[in-house]
Amino acid sequence: MTTATTPPRPATGAVGTSHIRLEGRDKVTGAARYAADFPADGLAHGWIVVSTVARGRIRSVADTPVLAMPGVLAVLHHGNAPRLKEDFSGTFGPDATTQILQHDRVPHAGWPVALVVAETPEQAREAAESLTVTYATEPHDVDFRPGHPAAYTPEARPVRPAAAEKGDVEAELAASDVVVDARYTTAEEHHNPMEPHAALAHWDGGRLDVVDTTQGAHATAQDLARLFGLDPAAVRLRSEHVGGGFGCKAQVRAHLVLAVMAATLLARPVRVALTRAQTFTLIGHRSATAQRVRLGAGADGRLRALEHTALSATSTVQEFVETSAAYGRSLYDARGHRTVDSVVPLDIPTPTYMRAPGEAPGSFALECALDELAERCGIDPIVLRGRNEPAVGPVSGLPFAGRRLLDCFAEGARRFGWDGRDPRPGVRRDGRWLVGTGTAAATFFAGAFPATASATAHPDGTFTVRIAAADIGTGARTALTQLAAEALEVTPGRVRLLIADSDFGAAWVAGGSMGTRSWGWAVTLAARDLRERLALGGGVPADGLTVRSDTTQAVGALAARERHSYGAQFAEVAVDPGTGEIRVRRMLGVFAAGRIVNPLTARSQLTGGMIWGLSMALHEEAVRDTASGTLVNADLAGYHIAAHADVPAVEADWLDDPDPEDPVGIKGIGEIGAVGSAAAIANAVWHATGVRHRNLPIRPDRVLTAERDRAGHR
Amino acid sequence: MREFHYRRPARVSDALALLGTDPGARPLAGGTNLVDLMKTGVERPALLVDLRDLPLDRIEATPDGGLRIGATATNSDLAAHPDVRRRYPALAQAVLAGASGQVRIMATVGGNLLQRTRCGYFTAPATTTACNKRAPGSGCAAIAGEHRNHAVLGATEHCVAVHPSDMAVALTAFDATVTYETADGTGELPLAGLYRPVGGTPHLETALPTGALITGVVLPPAPVAAASRYRKVRERASYAFAIGSLAAALDVRDGTVRDVRLAFGAVASHPWRARRAERALTGGPADATAFAAAADAELAAARPLPHNGHKLPLLRTLAVAVLTELAQEAAR
Repeated sequence: MTTATTPPRPATGAVGTSHIRLEGRDKVTGAARYAADFPADGLAHGWIVVSTVARGRIRSVADTPVLAMPGVLAVLHHGNAPRLKEDFSGTFGPDATTQILQHDRVPHAGWPVALVVAETPEQAREAAESLTVTYATEPHDVDFRPGHPAAYTPEARPVRPAAAEKGDVEAELAASDVVVDARYTTAEEHHNPMEPHAALAHWDGGRLDVVDTTQGAHATAQDLARLFGLDPAAVRLRSEHVGGGFGCKAQVRAHLVLAVMAATLLARPVRVALTRAQTFTLIGHRSATAQRVRLGAGADGRLRALEHTALSATSTVQEFVETSAAYGRSLYDARGHRTVDSVVPLDIPTPTYMRAPGEAPGSFALECALDELAERCGIDPIVLRGRNEPAVGPVSGLPFAGRRLLDCFAEGARRFGWDGRDPRPGVRRDGRWLVGTGTAAATFFAGAFPATASATAHPDGTFTVRIAAADIGTGARTALTQLAAEALEVTPGRVRLLIADSDFGAAWVAGGSMGTRSWGWAVTLAARDLRERLALGGGVPADGLTVRSDTTQAVGALAARERHSYGAQFAEVAVDPGTGEIRVRRMLGVFAAGRIVNPLTARSQLTGGMIWGLSMALHEEAVRDTASGTLVNADLAGYHIAAHADVPAVEADWLDDPDPEDPVGIKGIGEIGAVGSAAAIANAVWHATGVRHRNLPIRPDRVLTAERDRAGHR
Repeated sequence: MREFHYRRPARVSDALALLGTDPGARPLAGGTNLVDLMKTGVERPALLVDLRDLPLDRIEATPDGGLRIGATATNSDLAAHPDVRRRYPALAQAVLAGASGQVRIMATVGGNLLQRTRCGYFTAPATTTACNKRAPGSGCAAIAGEHRNHAVLGATEHCVAVHPSDMAVALTAFDATVTYETADGTGELPLAGLYRPVGGTPHLETALPTGALITGVVLPPAPVAAASRYRKVRERASYAFAIGSLAAALDVRDGTVRDVRLAFGAVASHPWRARRAERALTGGPADATAFAAAADAELAAARPLPHNGHKLPLLRTLAVAVLTELAQEAAR
């Protein structure tokens, strides 16, 4: 890291000021090109054929008649496809989902079994739909349920251990005045970014040139090189604009593998794009979860025992664990503290990271259980959180690098009008509606990964900054421009920021709420270094002056701390117990999430996360048919996300959250909005109706059934 | 994508001729359902006969005080029509409760009546083989599978799908008649008779003669309809098919029900006219007890599946709530 050689100058006003997205005009006018929009001379089109059975072996692929169809150039299948590196391990570890057309095994319905390539997409599609594939089917099991005999707790996990324990949970539960023991479930969810995955691949002068839709151009290029056994320098991958990611565009996916295979075999450019239906089986999803929370506390609400166990499903192809139980490890302390994630392999597509992986379902269960504890203790839920504020990381023992959770609650309570809330459930009526309010905490890990950037000064007084960042709709391009301008001490208009090209060097993906934090660090270092060199005088040579940064050492030098963002979520809901309808009337989130670079896009990120939680609480659910192993609602008519009419007044704001020890100060805001918001809504539904809904989504039929059950018990 | 031919005739007779020449021909109106079904492979037409240029898009009052609605009038035009809003408000509300603004601008009245069920097994031929509606004799995957939103009335062991229309529920309550043309001439059917009972032939959905083209819908005069309402319950606030819905009209004088119309949606393979409930109410008191008893009388015939029993209390709630509102408004 460089040291400042000039005294601090007045800031440019770039950081902390609202800026509209730099590419906004291109996007709304259609000028912005996404992966499927790029033209190429001699372009051929691939159409993926997926398995219709849930488990078995491919017996035959009748490619001969299809090859005779108009325009058809090739039919790739496991019998003729190029071989890939078998034990491939990429940015996120081993990933056998990349082994496309490498074997005759069908691990789930919707698995790619062939690619038909033709001169036009219409010809490719017609031929693909005509291709007869026969299978030797085997009995399948897609039935996710608690207590599944095949469930296990993974032994080693690269990111988070599956189990963490301290003290004696059973003894503490036995010694507790109040015990909550509750089970929660969440539904299988799908990312459904607006832009379905697509890739265009071609060989250009000995280099593989790829346009993909990815959350990390450099990481995907590296992974692709490894998978195909290529020199990493021989792969260039770009993704200038990405229409949403949410975690499903961080890995090498089938469309990309198949586009590269076909471009290699045919020696011409090939595009492969997914249909919306294919995005329900080829890009990962969030597993359903079944969770149990046991809390033991004194009569004053102070926790003695916290146990959170969670089960999720994975595929038989690759283990992926939705780490729901890990959520409470840094948030709440108890002498007996046990958190365990387990997983069961089923004949379903492999799940993956999805916005707030682990935290979204985990916070639903634990934050609802705390609400139940508050009810049982007769304590306000915010007071309960205050009584359980730890001094150091409950499991790690590390000091916190800032923790303004209670400040978030205090500010949120003031704005929401929480004070004086009648804690009794089921007593507020507004016509046919029962009305209630709820709250929940939120936290998300604030990590950083190394990145490289370059900054170039031009003789005309402008600058170009290059980094293999990705803007998946978050506003990262704009935020990084602001950061570069601040470090260069110029106005943002003089900075040209280029992103999403693997040739720009190593950089972390847009994921884990670490994109802007990690990239911003590298951009700031390069820009600051450049400014200091320019300050030495000597002018700018005609071809510019370029400096590079690499944050590997700086990130490694970061002191070990509990580093997180925090938030307090509030919701008001109305429930018609006679029809089961639920309407969220307003939501408020107050966050402490480090330094906010661009308030305009930050607010959009945070409210978007809160709406994501609303959608999880009330709408989203992939319904799997156990007989066929397929989804019965694999489209956006059947798979509901919140419509505009479901989204009420949603407000998000933040507190100052400085960390003098942290050289970048940005914490990342992509995910925390989605944490705790579903719990706040579920807690509000209880406050409205007096019924605890522990299964998401809280559908009208669940409300109606609960009302019927309650009437039956009267 | 399978190649298909496309024609856009300007006259009904030309459209009928085109439809008659090719058993693979399908009429295309707004395309808001047919095109989706073509994408998923449920429909593989050889010829699309686009009806947009036919002179069938008018909405006009009839001399007797009813309404004639052309088959290619769009949903949005129907919902916005002053006569519809004034004389049949439940119909306007029903149309506006369906789909989204963009879809309603494209969708047409005739197409709405003939749209297909959204049963997830029917719409997914690539992965579901058992669907008697798509492949007669193949079975019904929904009965042992996912059927939370399927039929509670009038279904059989051959099919439990529901008709998805909101518009048709209101039209059914108001005794609409469907007019059609064939190469042999014109004809008409009461809307209630347009949809065939499921029985053992769920793939035979309507009683229209082969090759017939719906030309319009006629609403008879119905003074009771001026005090009418449509309410729809769904899993989100907009842009979703109903879990249950109700079109209701009520004429109350001095606390006594003079005339009443009730039709349920999302409960059967067709809009469900609740005649039993209407009979129970007519001439009796207009109070919550009577409304609940009438709903119960209608729903006594219901045969819910394991996962859709919630529809019964929902429909009861809707009937009581909507009729109570209408009675209160009449008393003002």
